[in-house]
Amino acid sequence: MSTPKHCDPVIEVRGLRNSFGEQVVHEDLDLTVCRGEILGVVGGSGTGKSVLLRSIIGLQTPDSGEIEVLGENMIGREEDEAKSIRRRWGILFQNGALFSTLTVAENVEVPLREYFPYITPPLLDEIASYKIAMGGLPPDAGPKYPSELSGGMVKRAGLARALALDPDLLFLDEPTSGLDPIAAAGFDELISSLQKRLGLTVFLITHDLDSLYAVCDRVAVLADKRVLGVGTIPELLALDHPWIQEYFNGPRGRAAALGHEDIVEHQHS
Amino acid sequence: MAEDEHISAGATDGAVYRVAGSLTITRAATTQRELAELPDPLTIDLSRVERMDTVGAWVIYRTIRDRGAKVVGASRDEVSLLKEVAEFDHPTRVIPEQPGAAHRVMNELGEWVAESGRTLLGLLGFLGATLVGFANVIKRPRRFRINAVVQRFDVVGVRALGIIGLMSFLIGIVIAQQGSVQLAQFGAEVYTINLIGRITARELGTLMTAIMVAGRSGSAFAAQIGTMKITEEIDAMRTIGVSPVEALVIPRMIAAVIMMPLLSFWSMLMTLIGGGMFVWLSLGIPPLTYIQRLQEVIPTTDLLVGLIKAPVFGFIIALAGCFQGMLVQGNSEEVGTRTTIAVVQSIFLVIVLDAVFAVFFSNIGWI
Repeated sequence: MSTPKHCDPVIEVRGLRNSFGEQVVHEDLDLTVCRGEILGVVGGSGTGKSVLLRSIIGLQTPDSGEIEVLGENMIGREEDEAKSIRRRWGILFQNGALFSTLTVAENVEVPLREYFPYITPPLLDEIASYKIAMGGLPPDAGPKYPSELSGGMVKRAGLARALALDPDLLFLDEPTSGLDPIAAAGFDELISSLQKRLGLTVFLITHDLDSLYAVCDRVAVLADKRVLGVGTIPELLALDHPWIQEYFNGPRGRAAALGHEDIVEHQHS
Repeated sequence: MAEDEHISAGATDGAVYRVAGSLTITRAATTQRELAELPDPLTIDLSRVERMDTVGAWVIYRTIRDRGAKVVGASRDEVSLLKEVAEFDHPTRVIPEQPGAAHRVMNELGEWVAESGRTLLGLLGFLGATLVGFANVIKRPRRFRINAVVQRFDVVGVRALGIIGLMSFLIGIVIAQQGSVQLAQFGAEVYTINLIGRITARELGTLMTAIMVAGRSGSAFAAQIGTMKITEEIDAMRTIGVSPVEALVIPRMIAAVIMMPLLSFWSMLMTLIGGGMFVWLSLGIPPLTYIQRLQEVIPTTDLLVGLIKAPVFGFIIALAGCFQGMLVQGNSEEVGTRTTIAVVQSIFLVIVLDAVFAVFFSNIGWI
């Protein structure tokens, strides 16, 4: 089950170990993300989902292990190195991480200005405009400051900024947390449609069972300091691990599954 | 990327722009410039494009939109990408609308006046709320939070001893040194002791302590209470029925009011010791003579002038700190802003009050 046969790996993590003082978060963790898929990462609180993300994007130096993103080694790279990789990914942080002194449109322009200083201001503004529309925001959101936005709009603005450079790879850290169910469903749909249109590879950390059923091609389960299993939800259910059973067969898991029965059926066949 | 592109101007149907290789964000600026140089009517030939992203598509799309350019040779994927960016064509402003300069100046001036008025009113209201809180605590002494107060004593007072002592000691040396150099010109070096003694007791001890406490504790009050506002701790207190004024503000006020005179006295002591050291080592006046002279030249009223001011300053510092903390709302950035305002406000108020006190004490004959 673990990796599909026709997998073109975009992210490869091998033997990752992370620890904070005495506390070991990851031990011998392996994970492969294939091109063009949406990989959901789930796990209980404190299993190191965000630490895994931070290790992959180079914000956290692991104790040991290998991480390759888009074919390049990410371990021990300095901030100003690996720019060619940074240019090809977009990251939506859990709380949006918008620059508070800039408007939404200016936020979207930051990566564009950083990497492509020769783009003229009118074109830059137009690019920012359509990225904002792509992120699912109304035009009047452009000149607003992050403090004037609702939680859902902050996430959409963060997504617009993550999409600014037309990335191949998109990292989303709990994009639907804190959103109401309607907004969350809208966000799922947005991610799914953008992924299809732009051919993105998406690394999605989530707690939202509905998101898992709605958008993820495969799901990786983090527990016991490693990846317990990667696969479609039915494949994971075939594993007889108590946490996975509890997670997907608990009352919420069953409710989410009911809402997407067709998908599960389809995947069974 | 694009290995070559041919730009040809046909005589009959205008210019033709041919792109080869990849039409992506990397080439957006160049493509845009090259397109701008070509005359209308324009035909864009995409038949040799291998890769196109949304930015590349956008550059082509806006040329179609603004100049009515014709596109030929686009593959199915490219056509659908062009359609998609067209779908997202919702122009938006980048920055909010800016009014004219004159308008803005008036606006800022007005806002400043309104803000000052609001702050003054707010401070008055907060003072009232604090007094009510005090009254409640006096009426029901069991609601008095002795533990919180003792803890504040430690933080505001005991832990400040080191830094305030060191600062005062050094200031004593500086005053003695500067004073003796100037007074030596008149052969009046011995009056250095008068200078150190009186200025320390009347002004410097209390004022320097107040500034240090404002920077150390006033800022901490604002930051602590402000953070609690953001994390909704204060709302939680209110809903449980605990008055934030009683739980947070009053212990801090009491601590500041009681600790200020003690710290001021400590500061005076250390300043005198610092000055004494200098006088001893540099002017050769032995410590015993120094102490005797101090006793002769400092009237008791000088000490009173210093110590009477201290609790008032403490009250002002705690009031400004807690008030600004309570004003925090929204984001964490505001905690920083409010903390800065608290320190500036309290130091300013302390100096204004110090001037008032100076005039007052002179008028009642304590000179």
